[in-house]
Amino acid sequence: MPLDNVVFWVFAPISIASAVGMLVVRNAVHAALFLVVNLFTIAVMYLLLDAPFLFAVQIVVYAGAIMVLFLFVIMLLGVDRDVDLKDRLFAQRGLAALLAVGFVAELFFALRAGIGFATKAPEGFDAVNDPGNTQAVAEVLFRDYFFPFEVTSILLIVAAIATMVLAQRKARAVTQAEMDARAATSTTPTTDPDPRELPA
Amino acid sequence: MRTPIAYFLLLSGILFALGTVGVLTRKNALLIFMSVELQLNAVNLALIAFSRMHNDLTGQVLAFFSMVVAAAEVVVGLAIIVAIYRRRQTVDVDDARELRW
Amino acid sequence: MVAAEAIPVSAADGALGLLWLLPAIPLGVAFVNLFFGQKVGRIAGVVASLAVLVSFGIAANAVRELLALPPEQRLVVQHLFDWISVGSFKVGVDLRLDAISATMILVVTGVGALIHIYAIGYMHGDPRFGRFFAYLNLFVFFMLMLVLGGNYLLLYLGWEGVGLCSYLLIGFWFEKEENAEAAKKAFITTRIGDSAMMIGLALIVFHFGTLDFEPIFGAAGEVLSNGAATAVALLLFAGAIGKSAQVPLHVWLPDAMAGPTPVSALIHAATMVTAGVYLVVRSAPIFEASSIALDVVAVVGLVTLLFAGVCAVAQWDIKRALAYSTISQLGYMFLAAGLGAYAAAMFFLVAHAFYKALLFLGSGSVIHGMDEEQDMRKMGGLFRKMPVTAVTMILGALALAGFPFMAGFFAKDVVLEIANTNERWGFYVLGSIGALLSATYIGRLIFLTFFGKPRSEQAEDAHESPAVMWIPLAVLALGATFGGWLSLGPEGRISSFMEPIVGLVPEGEAGLGRPIFYAVAVAVTLTGLILTWWIHGSGRVDWLAQRERLEPLPRASLNGWYVDRAYDLLFVQPGKTAAWLAAFVVDAKGIDGLVNAIGGGVKRLAQGGRLMQTGFVRSYALAVFVGAVAVLAWVGWRL
Repeated sequence: MPLDNVVFWVFAPISIASAVGMLVVRNAVHAALFLVVNLFTIAVMYLLLDAPFLFAVQIVVYAGAIMVLFLFVIMLLGVDRDVDLKDRLFAQRGLAALLAVGFVAELFFALRAGIGFATKAPEGFDAVNDPGNTQAVAEVLFRDYFFPFEVTSILLIVAAIATMVLAQRKARAVTQAEMDARAATSTTPTTDPDPRELPA
Repeated sequence: MRTPIAYFLLLSGILFALGTVGVLTRKNALLIFMSVELQLNAVNLALIAFSRMHNDLTGQVLAFFSMVVAAAEVVVGLAIIVAIYRRRQTVDVDDARELRW
Repeated sequence: MVAAEAIPVSAADGALGLLWLLPAIPLGVAFVNLFFGQKVGRIAGVVASLAVLVSFGIAANAVRELLALPPEQRLVVQHLFDWISVGSFKVGVDLRLDAISATMILVVTGVGALIHIYAIGYMHGDPRFGRFFAYLNLFVFFMLMLVLGGNYLLLYLGWEGVGLCSYLLIGFWFEKEENAEAAKKAFITTRIGDSAMMIGLALIVFHFGTLDFEPIFGAAGEVLSNGAATAVALLLFAGAIGKSAQVPLHVWLPDAMAGPTPVSALIHAATMVTAGVYLVVRSAPIFEASSIALDVVAVVGLVTLLFAGVCAVAQWDIKRALAYSTISQLGYMFLAAGLGAYAAAMFFLVAHAFYKALLFLGSGSVIHGMDEEQDMRKMGGLFRKMPVTAVTMILGALALAGFPFMAGFFAKDVVLEIANTNERWGFYVLGSIGALLSATYIGRLIFLTFFGKPRSEQAEDAHESPAVMWIPLAVLALGATFGGWLSLGPEGRISSFMEPIVGLVPEGEAGLGRPIFYAVAVAVTLTGLILTWWIHGSGRVDWLAQRERLEPLPRASLNGWYVDRAYDLLFVQPGKTAAWLAAFVVDAKGIDGLVNAIGGGVKRLAQGGRLMQTGFVRSYALAVFVGAVAVLAWVGWRL
């Protein structure tokens, strides 16, 4: 049996299963971890499709950076509980499931009518990936798509700045009045207790 | 590679559908966000499959850009969620249905 | 009737150029009195009377000029300005002076002036003295426009205008509810006729393309088929029925006596009510073109003559008796017109103007002297107390009854003679019965009022009226007595004066010979007078008891044979019910209900639609997804 077939048929179910798992579990951290598994399987698919560069990028950026960020926020906010079995919106879950099935069915019929389930990938991708996938991608990226590349870098800077602005708390000096108020309501004793008043 | 391209596309479609169900069904904003990431990944998979099918690297470059922008988007989105949490002490989207408060 | 030859139209030069002043002066003075009349007191009355007198002078001058022209050329039209000019339809303000309108303007301004002078005395002390004269002058203006108009639209303008003034003047003392009701009744009843007349005018425009008299009367016979002519004629006549109080639209005139007596005299005796007769005479060519229209006119006139006469004999109120008398006499005029004797109808109109105005003004004098009492049962023996009034009224009564050689004699008997010589026996016999009724009711009125012993305190204390009131009475009495010499039979002066316009009087050769005819006529008159003298004047008959024996007929007659009740049940009550239905059912529940239902429906729709805006992001996302799947399916299907 050809190796890529095996790989595909092993990792595709894992991919789907992990996606389903992410949907089902209650704990947000568990869901994030399922998503990480899913991202890994997709990375493998990239590899199957002769895109090794993206395979690496996927793992580093997506699974490595983005999901870590997710986990940071989940644990920071402590919102890992997601209760409520019954959805309060009318027919939300039912309709969502139904539509998802419908969507996949549409896609199935479209594919069958279009490409057909027998067409294999054409030969000749090796010629495209000539000096190596990374070099080829770099060539296309920096030559044909140089302008979007620069714009994207600006986008990243803007995103970073935006985040800093969004996340900051207002810093403010604590006034003397506030300190006195805090002292008045606090229960910690300011002096040692008188030994004569301790219970025997 | 011997696997028909259509299978990859179908897989991409199934993952996309699952991601949509996640968006529609979950109440926690973070989980919704994660479902959106799943959808984006499904699309990336489709892009790369097409790129392979047409022997053109444009698809891969596009997927690359998609990842970059997704990263930026996650950053900003999470910052917003944190800000909302600070204000309302909840990330339940059902609680955010009126413009006031 | 032998059709008249067409007369060439002359322009208005010389003295005739002042023709427009004739209606303009009363109009101007009317406005002056409207604005300033309240402040100047009696002067308002004097100025108003002067205005009409000046108009009379202009009218007399104009007629003199007209008479200076040879008979074949007595038609003058003065074009003042273009009023309507739409495409090929033009209406100008044209004043037309010919034999018919000449007669009318003299009557209107002459009798009108006398009544104005009388009114200065009668309305003395009234808080709205100035406005009264403004209305009177306004009426004179409209009446003059009616008779001087050279086309049907100006005639209609005057027609409506006199209706308005009649309403204003009947309801002059509007503080009393029944006066206001009477005014409304007059206006609404005549409106029915006016509406029919308007349709008639529309038909005229349809057939002739114009409303000017000359083209219409020249071509009436050719343009109109029998049916069309009948339709137009009857519609115009319907207007005349309303305005001239013929059966069945006569009901407003007895109630109109609620207005001041000068109003009753001027409008409801001498001028406005005769507008219908003028209309029929003027439109003679159209009536001639129809085979039955004139017969209808004659029959209506006859029926009215008899019906109103019967009602008049039973009235107790002196003014109501005179009102029914007016209705009856108008019936005579229409009878004349219906028989084709247009000149006779016009002469009757003139004579009637004199003696009826006289009788009304005299009755006003009597009422004044009786301290505003109008019931004849309370009068009696007033001859000694108010001699001038009595004598003038007696002369007027004799004229009405057709006493030999007075105006009424010539008027009435010309009509009967034409019926006689043309072998229209039904009209002759019934017309003679009508003459008997006329003599009876007017004799009764005179004997009850002036003779016998005074039957009440007011009668005991009655006094004569001031000079400003009895001088006009005297002038009118002269006209009533000697005016007959204008006519002198079918070939008389009036007939020949009118001949160019209305054609020859239809004189036949058959029937009773002249001597027998006149003997019968005089006998009828004298019978009526002597009968009433015996019953009411001689004191030998207890007329109240006799009347009781005949009940319930006299009561029915007194109430106009309950026509008013019938109209109330047939039209007024259903009308009120319909109005109530329209207001409270159709409008309040139906239309408002529909509008409210629409509003309510919108509200419910909005409330339903509001449910889509839940605020839940996930619902919106679901909607988006539904749409996406649907679009994909559709695209997939198509491909």
